[in-house]
Order: sequence, then C-alpha cells, then structure tokens
Amino acid sequence: MIRSITRKKSEEEIDRLLSGLGRIFLIGCGTCVTLTRTGGAPEVAQMKEQLTEKGKLVTGSTVLPVACDNLTGETLREFGPQMDLADALLVMTCAFGVQTVARQMKTMVVPALDTLFIGKETGPGRFDEVCTQCGTCIIGETGGICPVTTCHKGLVNGPCGGTDNGKCEIDPEKDCAWTLIYNRLKELDRLDSMRVLQKPRNHQGEPRPGKIAFG
Amino acid sequence: MSADVSTNTPSKLEKILRAGHLAVTSECGPPRGSDSAAILKKAEMIKDHVDAINITDNQTSVTRLCSLASCIHLKLAGYEPVLQMVVRDRNRIALQSDLLGAASFDINNVLCLSGDHQAFGDNPQGQNVFDLDSMQLIQTVRLMRDDGKFLGGDEIKRPPRMFVGAAANPFADPFEIRVPRLAKKIAAGAEFIQTQCIYNLDKFKEWMKQARDRGLHEKVFILAGLTPFKSAGMAKYMKNRVPGMDVPDEVVKRMSGVPKEKQPEEGIKICIESIQRLKEVEGVKGFHIMAIEWEEKVPRIVEEAGLYPRPQA
Repeated sequence: MIRSITRKKSEEEIDRLLSGLGRIFLIGCGTCVTLTRTGGAPEVAQMKEQLTEKGKLVTGSTVLPVACDNLTGETLREFGPQMDLADALLVMTCAFGVQTVARQMKTMVVPALDTLFIGKETGPGRFDEVCTQCGTCIIGETGGICPVTTCHKGLVNGPCGGTDNGKCEIDPEKDCAWTLIYNRLKELDRLDSMRVLQKPRNHQGEPRPGKIAFG
Repeated sequence: MSADVSTNTPSKLEKILRAGHLAVTSECGPPRGSDSAAILKKAEMIKDHVDAINITDNQTSVTRLCSLASCIHLKLAGYEPVLQMVVRDRNRIALQSDLLGAASFDINNVLCLSGDHQAFGDNPQGQNVFDLDSMQLIQTVRLMRDDGKFLGGDEIKRPPRMFVGAAANPFADPFEIRVPRLAKKIAAGAEFIQTQCIYNLDKFKEWMKQARDRGLHEKVFILAGLTPFKSAGMAKYMKNRVPGMDVPDEVVKRMSGVPKEKQPEEGIKICIESIQRLKEVEGVKGFHIMAIEWEEKVPRIVEEAGLYPRPQA
C-alpha cells in the first residue's frame, strides 16, 4: 500500500497562517493521515484544544473518510452552518486532500500539515520513498531498485565516492542505493547491467504539472 | 556630469541615471560557439552609442557561450556590461559563485531574470533548477552587496558592487497585477528596470501612470524596452506566437503596408518614433534597445531618436 506521508506544521507557522482568522472549522482524513497519526480523529481533537487555548473558536470538525475523493464536497456540505460560520477551514490532510477541499468549497483553506512524499509501507509505522514518479523508469536495468529516488544525488550510472559501509555519506540511516543495486544485480547474475551507460535523463517524460486523460 | 552624484556602486549606468540623463542600453546575444570575436564584434558596433551592453543568458533556452564569460570579454575590452542571469540553470551556490566571479572582474551591473522554460530551447529534456526565483535573486545580490553576506550567512571578503536590475512586462495578463509585481521587485531591491518590448504605447502609458500613482517611478529607474521589426512577418510572429507580447493591429498593418524591401526601414522608423513619444512619458528614465541580430542598426536609432552623443561618465 502506498500512502501520502505528512508532518504537522510548527505551531508558529499555523499561528501565522491563521492570524486574523478567529473562527475555524477542522477537517481530518480517515486514510493516510490517520495511519501516520497526523490528521486522524485524535489529532483533530488535539488541534481543537490547541486552537481553543489560543482563543480561536472551533465552529466544528469532521474526519472525512477519504479527503482526496471527489465526493468530499458533498460530505462537507452536510456541515453547512458550522462551515458557513468559519473564517477558514484548517485541513489536517495531505495536500491532495487540501486541494480537493479548496476546489470544492468557497471558504479559505489552510493546510495544517506538510506533505513529504508518497511512501511505501515497509514495516509497522515505517515508510520509505521508493518512487518519485519521474516518468522515465529505468529500474529494469537496476535490479528493480530506483536510484533516481533512492540515491541522494539521483545518480544513474553507479555510486559516487561517498559510500560508507553500504550507507550514504549524508545520512547513516539511509542505504546507499548503488550498494543495494550492486548486491541485487550480483544475486541475479546481471552485473553487466551496471556497465550500461545511462544517457542524461529525459525530464520531459511527463512535464510538470502532469496532466493526462485516459480515453 | 557633476562629480558629486552619489551612487551605490561604481556602475557607469548607475552614474548616468543618477545624474539625470536618459540612459541607453542595448543587448548582444552570445554566439553558439567559443569565438569571442563574435561577441566583441557586436559590442564594437554599438559601443559609442550606448551606456551599457546587456549580455543575454542562454536566451530562449538555447545553449550559447555563457553570459559571464561574454561579459568578461566586454569588460576587458573596456566596455560596460550588464550581466543577465537567469535562475533556470543554476542553484543558489552556482548563482552566488558566478556573482563573485563577475565581481572579480568588476562587472558592475546585473539583471535578475527567471529565464524561458527549457521546453522552448535546444534541450527540452533537460531539468530546470529554479532553486531561487527572480525576486529572490534580486534579494540575494542586494544581501551580498549591502550586507557583505552569503545567503548562508557567512561573510564575503570583497563583496560584489553591482547595480541591480530586473525585468518588467507591462503587457502580460492579468494587467492589474503588473504594477504590484513591479512594486514587489523594487521592494526586493531592484534599482533599475528594463521592460519587455513596447509596441502598444497606450497600454505602456497606462502602466506607467499606475506606477507613478504609487510613486514607483521615483524609486527605480525604468528603461523602456524596444525591439525594431525587421519585417511584417516578424511583427505577426511577435503578435501571435510570443506570449506576453502586445503588438497592436495598426502596427502590423503599418509594417505590412510597405513593400517587403522597405519593411526594415519601416521597422526602424517605428522604433525611433516610439522612443520619441516615450521620452515624453513621465518616469521613463532611458531606453533598452534590443535589436535582435541587428546590432548594426542601433547607432542610427540612437542618433535619430536624439539620444546621441552619450554623456561621459
């Protein structure tokens, strides 16, 4: 399962974003942010307390089932009066949820979280970024491990000189992508793949912002 | 020129503007090769008719000899370069480093730009950088110059002394945000502005009026940008194909109304007439003549527009 990984913004930043806005409606989400404990029911309750202590009036709150769903607008409209009273909606979901709300509601939205990456769950409460959706996949030649994402420099033609016992020089908690790739290719007896000279990447694979319609 | 004009930098362009003269700048595009003679030849054509020469930075995202090296060639030949820097290709480390490189040759003018998207150029598959934007580059140069500090906070030994410029497009939509955006660039630290090519004089005058209403014409030196048309085809292309360009129908009609062999002459006449009209607009402090691959026409435009001889600085 992939999840949108988020982190709560600092109190100072939330204070700044809500400055001059007295009445707030809170929105959480029952999917990714519930799992990452950044925008589920307990965190929404905690935020309500945080805002009340600062003298804000919380006009209401809800935890949407899936905030990035197109039905979000319908669900939120059920909170009509509570929402209408609010100067802003403080949205404790990833940016996909925040933008879904923003597109469907007239009230101003303020994100309470920063969206970090799309993560693969690798263990209980552990998430790794394994794909950055670059649009030109080369993992057929790198043992199914993406160096564009996993290498801190995004190098595609083998490791730099900063490998440190299989870890990366900039973060000893993170593996050197190319050590992983080398070990994997060796296992597969496909080390010849490492001799392939990868050409400069095509960053136009899907130029940002991506937009597509399947017919 | 009086010797007691107070300036922030040793820039000749700044001295001329602060002394109250109408400034004249022009631009040269570097070659697609390593022959420095190409850039010096263009500069030679215009050197006596302009106060400073902009060098474009991989304009339209087509790879060329770099702006910095071209500026150094100009500086060593005794000319006054304006280093154009786009934030498309370099991160903040490279930008600051190149600013110091330019300062080490006493290049005293910089124009801070975003840069065209790489999709328009010869490497559409390349990655853009945009680590900083043009506003932030303006702030960065001012921080380095005025506070003698790097973005990271460390002290710079012998900081750059650059007169800081920015671009403005009075014509792009929505029109109502154009003057506020100019104000933001001034607040970020821009000291001079070179505008997008002006063909719609009425709209430019409206933009200037809005700028004057906010007193911006007293906070920044606005140089009106002009590009002479070589042909009716070029006028049509600029009108229909170049985003953010405003070429009124009557200008296209005027270019199309003369035989093909006389169109270059007509284009130059329009340019000269425009300068003469723009001289009357309060707040216009000079002209930036972008004669694209037509530098040899700049002296005549400057002379016939009554901007010659140039003041000594």
